[in-house]
Amino acid sequence: MKPFQITAKIISNKNIKNNYFEIVLLAPQIARNALPGQFVNIKTSEGFEPLLRRPLSIHRIGRQSRVASLESKEGKEIIMLYEVLGKGTQILSQRMQGEFLDVIGPLGNGFNCYPLSAIRYPPILIAGGMGTAPLVFLAERLVHSPQSIVHRKPLVLIGARSESHILCEKEFKELGCEVKIATDDGSRGFKGYVSSLLTEILSTVNCQPSTIYACGPKLLLKEISRISLEQNIPAQLSLESHMACGIGACMGCVIKVKSKKAKGKIDDEYKRVCKEGPVFEAREIAWE
Amino acid sequence: MREGLVVNIGRLRLKNPVMAASGTFGYAEEFKHFIDLKKLGAIVTKTITLKPRVGNPPPRTCETPAGLLNSIGLENPGIDRFIDEKIPFIKSLGVPLIVSIASEGGVEEFVSLAKRLDRVKEVSAIELNISCPNIKNSPQSTVYSLQKNNGQLISQDAKATYEVVKMARKATRKTLITKLSPNVTDITEIAQAAQDGGSDCLALINTLMGMSVDVRTRKPKIAMVTAGLSGPAVRPVALRMVWEVYKKVKIPIIGMGGITDTESVLEFFIAGASAIAVGTANFINPRTMIEIISGLEKYLARNRIKDIKELIGSLKI
Ligand SMILES: Cc1cc2nc3c(=O)[nH]c(=O)nc-3n(C[C@H](O)[C@H](O)[C@H](O)COP(=O)(O)OP(=O)(O)OC[C@H]3O[C@@H](n4cnc5c(N)ncnc54)[C@H](O)[C@@H]3O)c2cc1C
Ligand SMILES: Cc1cc2nc3c(=O)[nH]c(=O)nc-3n(C[C@H](O)[C@H](O)[C@H](O)COP(=O)(O)O)c2cc1C
Ligand code: FES
Repeated sequence: MKPFQITAKIISNKNIKNNYFEIVLLAPQIARNALPGQFVNIKTSEGFEPLLRRPLSIHRIGRQSRVASLESKEGKEIIMLYEVLGKGTQILSQRMQGEFLDVIGPLGNGFNCYPLSAIRYPPILIAGGMGTAPLVFLAERLVHSPQSIVHRKPLVLIGARSESHILCEKEFKELGCEVKIATDDGSRGFKGYVSSLLTEILSTVNCQPSTIYACGPKLLLKEISRISLEQNIPAQLSLESHMACGIGACMGCVIKVKSKKAKGKIDDEYKRVCKEGPVFEAREIAWE
Repeated sequence: MREGLVVNIGRLRLKNPVMAASGTFGYAEEFKHFIDLKKLGAIVTKTITLKPRVGNPPPRTCETPAGLLNSIGLENPGIDRFIDEKIPFIKSLGVPLIVSIASEGGVEEFVSLAKRLDRVKEVSAIELNISCPNIKNSPQSTVYSLQKNNGQLISQDAKATYEVVKMARKATRKTLITKLSPNVTDITEIAQAAQDGGSDCLALINTLMGMSVDVRTRKPKIAMVTAGLSGPAVRPVALRMVWEVYKKVKIPIIGMGGITDTESVLEFFIAGASAIAVGTANFINPRTMIEIISGLEKYLARNRIKDIKELIGSLKI
């Protein structure tokens, strides 16, 4: 999947709730080539503050803009969902409709949408907080693709701090997914972490999910990884790390993976989140 | 106008003075989707060691005001895999290849690496990275015996610099570049030592030692605690060092540190650089070097300057 560096027009950039924003960019080359789980790297300001680009997952491919509908049905927009945390996302949130952004993408490997095991049972998608963003794109692909081999619609588990932080419940439901919610404070759905909800579900359902797809905070992914290995369910996890280049050149974004070297002697080995990731299989990650 | 950008580095002739700095351009292939690599003056690859290195634990990078801290720890596949897997692509570009090398042990490792690369015809020049702040030399090494205390860089000691350059010089007939560290009291002493050892050219600066703290957790933002600073933040320091070295040595200087655009390149030329390298800016805008090359062409044309070499060291004081 060839990445592009483009100047993308901001179609819209709006606050959806709390400090969550949704930005729509006109980026046909990226929209056409993107896979669920891939990300874009955005220069939020024109100057050196902040210096580096900011990575954001592709949340959906958009087909709204008039430009798109005139020419073809093909999506020409990329949509990102982001939380304002620091300088970069703050500046991004102030960029206006009609302005242009320097964007590189699609980057990274993306989720494997058709693991062989998906033939028998539906997958479970687990979203923690902002980790919901890429899973909507994934759910769309799993549900809509003509080559879809998933027999039943995915089950989606959304974890959030509280009811007001729940993201994309409607989008998943419109796709026909079954959605279950966990909130830290119990203001909605299951009270506790979404990983505990997963454990509860796995102990009650009679069929094992074919695959777990998850994105969210590191501790959540670590816990899901543990559960998936224990229950022998393949899991694909989307990880984050601090990125300087986003294109595999600096070796800065690495995570530790299990070494394939001689038994007994385990050496550290690293993989780049921006290139070999951001999606990794649970069994390959060497958690700290 | 094209001819006006030609510069010479030792016996190496570059069609333009713009090259990628070691460690910021991977092995060039990473940038193939973004720019026409054939246009570059030269490509300097990530520093290679004899054996593969896994590098330092993460987090390895962090952003600072107009700067970047990194402690990669020279993660690289080692010389064998480098030659087998990375050189063929760069060869296909027809752009001069400069291979950066470092030693994990003694001066012997520089010698074996230089000998090895001397036999590889695709290699145009060898850059001695004696200034990486992110690896420690082992106490057992010969290099260490040339130094005062453990962890010191070769390029922080004039005598060690001279020894390493001299030995490497004996091992290769290719153009030899010595990369200097700014983490010294007097960089001209080290520059002089490298020239005396037989270096054809100097590259400066490598990164400046720095650190950054997460005040919430009170943890360092880089796992190794200290790291190397690069980017626009270091540009004035780099420029000052190029100027100081230019006044002291005869061999050409490849200037680098915080270059982001044509104007910053011109600053380096006027201060005494004969060529420049772009590092961190490649991460921010992969097209930086291409934009600089056309920017320089336009600058020369607009100012009726026939040859960029006229600018070298033309500072008016
Ligand atoms: C592959 C990938 C995909 C991502 N997708 C999304 C997404 O879809 N939506 C979204 O809101 N965020 C996403 N992120 C995280 C996003 O990149 C960071 O939140 C953003 O860079 C913070 O920038 P800032 O300048 O606002 O904050 P900073 O001032 O840089 O930092 C503010 C806080 O955010 C943390 N932070 C900074 N950079 C990162 C990072 N790369 N990863 C995690 N935390 C970070 C810092 O530690 C600090 O606590 C993704 C990150 C990666 C690596
Ligand atoms: C992520 C990163 C990795 C680097 N790796 C190397 C390296 O392997 N060898 C080397 O000689 N210099 C290395 N450097 C230093 C650069 O080549 C350059 O000297 C320095 O970054 C200053 O230039 P800049 O401000 O344009 O980046 C690295 C710099 C960065 C940012
Ligand atoms: S961010 Fe540079 S290699 Fe991944």
